[in-house]
Amino acid sequence: MGPVTGGAFVVATIIKVAVFFTVMMLSVMLATIVERKIAGFIQDRSGPNRVGPWGALQVIADGIKNIIKEETMPAQAIRQFFVLAPVLAILPATILFAVIPFGSPLPTQWGFVEMIVADASIGFLYILAIGSIGVYGIAMAGWSSGSKYSLLGGLRGSAQMISYEVALALSLVPLILLVGDVRAPEIVSMQQGFTAGAPTYSMWFVFPLFLGLFFFFVSGLAETNRLPFDLPEAEAELVTGYHTEYSAMKFSMFMIGEFAHVITVAALVTVFFLGGWDIPFWAGDNIRVLSDGTVIGEPTGWKTILTLGSFSIKTSLVVVVFMWIRWTLPRFRYDQLMDLGWKFMLEAVTVYILVIAFVILGIEAVGIPVGIWYALILFVVNLLLALMLFFMIDRGAIIRGAARKI
Amino acid sequence: MPGEVKVVSRPKGEASYARAAAKGMRITLKHLLNPAKKTQQYPDEKWELSPRVRGTHRMAVHEDGRAKCVGCGLCPTVCPVNCIKLVPAEDENGERYAAIYEIDEFRCIFCGYCQEVCPVEAIHLGVHYENAEYSRERWVYDLERLCEQEHDVTALWDPSDPASQ
Ligand code: SF4
Ligand code: SF4
Repeated sequence: MGPVTGGAFVVATIIKVAVFFTVMMLSVMLATIVERKIAGFIQDRSGPNRVGPWGALQVIADGIKNIIKEETMPAQAIRQFFVLAPVLAILPATILFAVIPFGSPLPTQWGFVEMIVADASIGFLYILAIGSIGVYGIAMAGWSSGSKYSLLGGLRGSAQMISYEVALALSLVPLILLVGDVRAPEIVSMQQGFTAGAPTYSMWFVFPLFLGLFFFFVSGLAETNRLPFDLPEAEAELVTGYHTEYSAMKFSMFMIGEFAHVITVAALVTVFFLGGWDIPFWAGDNIRVLSDGTVIGEPTGWKTILTLGSFSIKTSLVVVVFMWIRWTLPRFRYDQLMDLGWKFMLEAVTVYILVIAFVILGIEAVGIPVGIWYALILFVVNLLLALMLFFMIDRGAIIRGAARKI
Repeated sequence: MPGEVKVVSRPKGEASYARAAAKGMRITLKHLLNPAKKTQQYPDEKWELSPRVRGTHRMAVHEDGRAKCVGCGLCPTVCPVNCIKLVPAEDENGERYAAIYEIDEFRCIFCGYCQEVCPVEAIHLGVHYENAEYSRERWVYDLERLCEQEHDVTALWDPSDPASQ
């Protein structure tokens, strides 16, 4: 059975876009309530619990409130851009979802449907490219508000995004070295244990590349503008920065954008490092779709549902970790942020790429084939590197008080 | 001229961001998983108020429903924020009463002087704090409304410990 073609393909794609977009927006709603619950729990409060069971309908109440609230339009604002900015803040995070594989292919009578909106052969580059657009919303909002606080927030946002963009992209290079392909489904397949077809690593990349995960996660946090990297909003200095002048639904759009971004980054972490939709210790979900459309393994409907579940569980856990970090770590000072980005992340990631590249060369020179041993050697190398990294960070050379800099 | 900055060197264990961050994450995780929450479910569960809490005023009344106030004018005089409005009058028996008596609860600082100074123990503060209103005018309590209040009156001192020791 081949992939769906022709009219069935168009219908399948439209259905997929509709379903995934709805699921995405629902998860954003869910994420806001979960975030508030987690914030409450961490601070020994019980969080929202008055609207609906467990406070679950709070989001709807907030939505209604935001829609009927007054929308303000500052006199100094540049109208078109002021309205456009919230849209631009949501857009990148949502269209990034197009190249994320959610589950194993679903067989139908017209052929199988891949659980990914667009299986683009440049998937990974698309993610980097679209991810960078996220800054436009913030910069535009800051600039068009006609308020100095907003402008500063916007400037900070763009400076921060540019700094961490580099580290974000570079932190994925070792992964591409291992996978040898930039298609997202292929990245997932390589983390599964296949007996047929091209050899794979049979282990999630969190092990052979966990420093990569660390770098990706830190830059991902910076990209989503969440604590400890929420310099663009910094309510203490900038009165919430780029969205100071926004109210009602426009303000909500920024919040939705932020949560959508968090979910997207969490989904990316899942795909790149946590095996995507792979269910651990089970060979039944080893289904691989090659770029020419041939399928290895037996896709079935219930496997699709199971793998979708596995993907959502992993993504939710990563989102929870995001929130847990947010409610723990205090915000960096601006120079610390820049130091961390340019003086630490960039160098560390570059060195990491070089080390991994040389280790891969070494492993191949010794003649160990791609597989579990290959990955284990990389895991050991990562452990050593992580220890060195911890030693460096621990000496306080990266984040230090202002007095030391004089 | 470059300023002199005193640099305090701290031991590595204390100054390390990585260790501090890890410790913080551990602490928050502990609180996250701890089911015991400190939140009081306010409208369902209320504070046990001390009998000495000074809240919304209440005017004491005679058995026939007349306010006990004799319009002596002491409380408007003593009130530090001037929030009591009193217009005294005299009835046909020569008894004085308050023709207009209004307290602006919005302005009141609940000092309790009015209760302390009243010679006939007419005006009292009360053990009551839930007095939200939709308009500022509603915060001005007239005599009738003051007489209607039903909450406990404030004990200005603890009867078992009159000298407040
Ligand atoms: S409690 Fe104090 S402020 Fe309030 S009415 Fe009485 S004297 Fe005035
Ligand atoms: S309430 Fe008491 S102090 Fe105030 S005017 Fe009346 S009698 Fe005098």
